[in-house]
Amino acid sequence: MKSRLLPGDLLTFVLGAVLVGWLFAAFWQGGSAGKVRIRTGDTVFATFSLNQERTIEVPGPLGISRIVIHNHQARFQSSPCRNQYCVHQGWLAHAGQVAVCLPNRVSLELVGDKGYDSLNY
Amino acid sequence: MTPLTIKTTLRDHQVARLAAFAIVLHLAEAVMPAPLPGVKPGIANIITLYVLHRYDFATAAWVSLLRVFAVSLLFGSFLTPTFALSLTGALASLFTLALAMHLPKRLFGPVSHSIFAAFAHIAGQLLVVRLWLIPHAGLAYLVPVFAVFALLFGTLNGLIAAKLLAADLKEEKG
Repeated sequence: MKSRLLPGDLLTFVLGAVLVGWLFAAFWQGGSAGKVRIRTGDTVFATFSLNQERTIEVPGPLGISRIVIHNHQARFQSSPCRNQYCVHQGWLAHAGQVAVCLPNRVSLELVGDKGYDSLNY
Repeated sequence: MTPLTIKTTLRDHQVARLAAFAIVLHLAEAVMPAPLPGVKPGIANIITLYVLHRYDFATAAWVSLLRVFAVSLLFGSFLTPTFALSLTGALASLFTLALAMHLPKRLFGPVSHSIFAAFAHIAGQLLVVRLWLIPHAGLAYLVPVFAVFALLFGTLNGLIAAKLLAADLKEEKG
């Protein structure tokens, strides 16, 4: 053995690193979302499937927040808040993503299709 | 009554000696604190790699599996989930090594073999955990984490094995 690290070893390492990167991309994206859950204050206002085109008007303390479901994504189209952070958040596409309009107390959360509600042993 | 004697060959002694090294490394590793539950460097696999290159696949398999059984008996974890995971990891690694060892030797050394084996090790274990121990989809979040450590420790173990083998060669020559 001439050297400890052969060219193939380097190739294997690089391929391994690519695999790891791909695993992070695949498993930490939260997967595709199936539904959007809309909350007002501390109560769930409604849960909608993302498999539809729809505009939802959610009343809050300041007025109406308009939420759009389009192309398996959801976003705040408009909200009566001052900063418009929720609108600038843009489209949500992956499970676990959240957009919140604090002044109007409206929040969006994308939920995936989890296999279990609970587990018992 | 005839006394029961087991005739041991030179090869048996070699396997036993090498397995003893692996067992000691495995025990030493068990004392070290793990960064995450389930994340271990697997330094005993250095011996498996070394044996694979110095001897042959059969010897490496003997050493690896003897180590798994012996360590489980020492820890009292024989036939527990810990043992099942250990055995799964060892079998998956050995299976992969059996394939990877046929890669061109000029290009692929112990480091490659070690990385392949480390990925197979964790893949096999995660499969068993997913199917049997923790059948929950949330396990997927841990896959990238374990994969990172597999790459890291696989590379390190491979480098150490390569260094051992190189030192061996030097000793023989000079």
